[in-house]
Amino acid sequence: MTTATETETSALPPVVIDVEKASKRFVVRRDNSLKERIVTLGRAGRRHSEDFWALRDIDLTIRAGETIALIGHNGSGKSTLLKLIGGILDPTTGSVQGRGRVAALLELGAGFHPDLTGRENVYLNASVLGLSREETDARFGDIAAFSGIGGFMDTQVKFYSSGMYVRLAFAVAVHTDPDILIVDEVLAVGDEAFQRKCMDRIRGFQADGRTIILVTHSMPQVAELCDRAVLLDHGRIKVDGDPNDAIMAFRDLLEEQRLADLAAKELEPDDPAFARIVSTTLTVDGEPALIVQPDDHLTIEATVYHPTGIDEWLCAVQIDSEHGQVVFGTGSNHAPESAGPLKGKRTVRIDVPGLHLGGGKYFVSVSLMDRAGRQLAGAPQTLSFNVPSAETSWGTVSAIPTISFSDAQ
Amino acid sequence: MTAPYDPGSERTLRFARLASLPVEPVGSGGESNGVGAALKVFRHRQMLDLLVRRDLKSRYKDSSLGFVWTLIRPLTQLLIYYVVLGQFLGAARGIPDFAVYIFSGLTIYGLFSEIVQSGVGSIVSNAGLVKKVYLPREVFPLASVGAAIFNFAIQMVVLIAAVLLSGSLRVETDLFYAIPSIVLIIVYGTAFALLLSAVNVYLRDTQYLTEVLMMFMMWASPIVYAWSMAKNIMGGGLLLDVYTNNPITLAVLGFHKAFWGSGADTEYPDLLLLRMVIAIAVGFVLLAVFHGVFRRLQGNFAQEL
Repeated sequence: MTTATETETSALPPVVIDVEKASKRFVVRRDNSLKERIVTLGRAGRRHSEDFWALRDIDLTIRAGETIALIGHNGSGKSTLLKLIGGILDPTTGSVQGRGRVAALLELGAGFHPDLTGRENVYLNASVLGLSREETDARFGDIAAFSGIGGFMDTQVKFYSSGMYVRLAFAVAVHTDPDILIVDEVLAVGDEAFQRKCMDRIRGFQADGRTIILVTHSMPQVAELCDRAVLLDHGRIKVDGDPNDAIMAFRDLLEEQRLADLAAKELEPDDPAFARIVSTTLTVDGEPALIVQPDDHLTIEATVYHPTGIDEWLCAVQIDSEHGQVVFGTGSNHAPESAGPLKGKRTVRIDVPGLHLGGGKYFVSVSLMDRAGRQLAGAPQTLSFNVPSAETSWGTVSAIPTISFSDAQ
Repeated sequence: MTAPYDPGSERTLRFARLASLPVEPVGSGGESNGVGAALKVFRHRQMLDLLVRRDLKSRYKDSSLGFVWTLIRPLTQLLIYYVVLGQFLGAARGIPDFAVYIFSGLTIYGLFSEIVQSGVGSIVSNAGLVKKVYLPREVFPLASVGAAIFNFAIQMVVLIAAVLLSGSLRVETDLFYAIPSIVLIIVYGTAFALLLSAVNVYLRDTQYLTEVLMMFMMWASPIVYAWSMAKNIMGGGLLLDVYTNNPITLAVLGFHKAFWGSGADTEYPDLLLLRMVIAIAVGFVLLAVFHGVFRRLQGNFAQEL
């Protein structure tokens, strides 16, 4: 797919969304009736309202065919940015420009009316998403088949199960032929089979060169689907680029915040909450390594710290592929000797001879847990390494196959 | 997919088409003037149609009588006013065919009151859509206007049937007065529906205030009494002018002239048609101004709801 586009045109794809110095201010008011407004009119009124900048000076250019994720903690402004892009909110300052047909899926079935039948709602919803009646007529069969609603199409949607409701809404949305699809955490709907259908559809959209802008809290989804990610923090763009970089930065941010929260609580310095993972290293034959060959001997060392001391503890190490799949995991409880209590710092060394991973990027996460399995401290995706692609195989596991032929009877 | 499917070419075609489109501001920031906004609404007319149908269908959804209810309310009003005001209080004495008189006034006033009262809550009651999808927001009050016109059409059928049955219809040029009356009401009704629906987002008291005003407006136009009664009391001064040139009064008078044949010799304000034409012109100016206010207010709809 990438090679095809590279040969097609050397020029960059056209810009579809151009956000320029956009800021959004919300006025948080504490009164809403006429009487309260009049009573607090003028200067007093200002004391009853507060400005809150949900977004500050956002510059973002999105080109056709990109799949871009907006990530950040709750309240970082990602949904507001999505609404600005979708035209649902106007920026307080700056501008948002775009072209092409936009389908905003901020909520599945927005505008479904419970008293109308499935069929009527399909027509209404499709028209809300920009389809003409003739276009809906032409696609109605596909929509009905995709949703799997079957004989309930002429039943009022208030009698639908929540799964049917969502499936029908999603079916309409993905059949509207958008140039730009804006998705806000709605991909996690339906049963597994339906989810797979949705993901297939999203991949089809990508192949068609449609632009997808999504907000999600699922980092594996970001790593798997997106070719670009934007990390927002307190209404500003922190990172805009490779999804893995943005995810790493996001994890750092969450960890910083956790420590800041702890500091804000003014705990005693020896509070158990200060347990942490002091350092982690990844070495091959004693050398720090960023590139690992399939048969290399990996050594992962983690130094953990507990201020008050605990008798039973566990340091777990996990290696994930860039799609978020766990490829390897182990813990200090599998050591031949007992670890003994943890007070102050201790280092755990895990040697893995010959992991035989297939080509790709991998992340190492380390966490410290107590006896009950509660996480005391974590360092998610703290290290990463690349494995060069094998010449004779693909996939997560690397092995050298021998291939031969014989005549069958 | 049955057709040969080549994502590569689909991609190229899409990019080429996108590259040929102009880059425009998204959302409501796009139109710098009311004409642009009106064009945008016009492009969404199919959706407007669907929204009107939705409003109508959902209103009497599970009732067995359905649309008959749109008639029962005005007919009950008619009965009450006819009996209480007409017979008990004697308002019918100076007004022949009092039932037709009241019903023609109630029908045209009902159009105005329904447009405004269902329009005022239209943005708030469609909060789900306003917050989640971009649409020209004018479609919501306009859908209320559409649904009100539909109900009005049903009442018109009843009114015309009643006029024919009572034998008071005269085929004359006066019937023509119905047209400016309806235009007048739709223009003013739409203007106020746009303004009030937007204001209601910020101040929810608006819808209650509107209810009160609608009640007042009904008695401030000659629906259950004659215009000449008002004239006798007010005299010929400024007060009467204000009262008469109120667009609702003009529309009600126009409807009387069109459908209330028995009252052909009754006194009407002079130059009624001219007054109506001027009121319509003023109404269009008002519509443009209120639409301007609507467009200014709509930027923050999604966050206020």
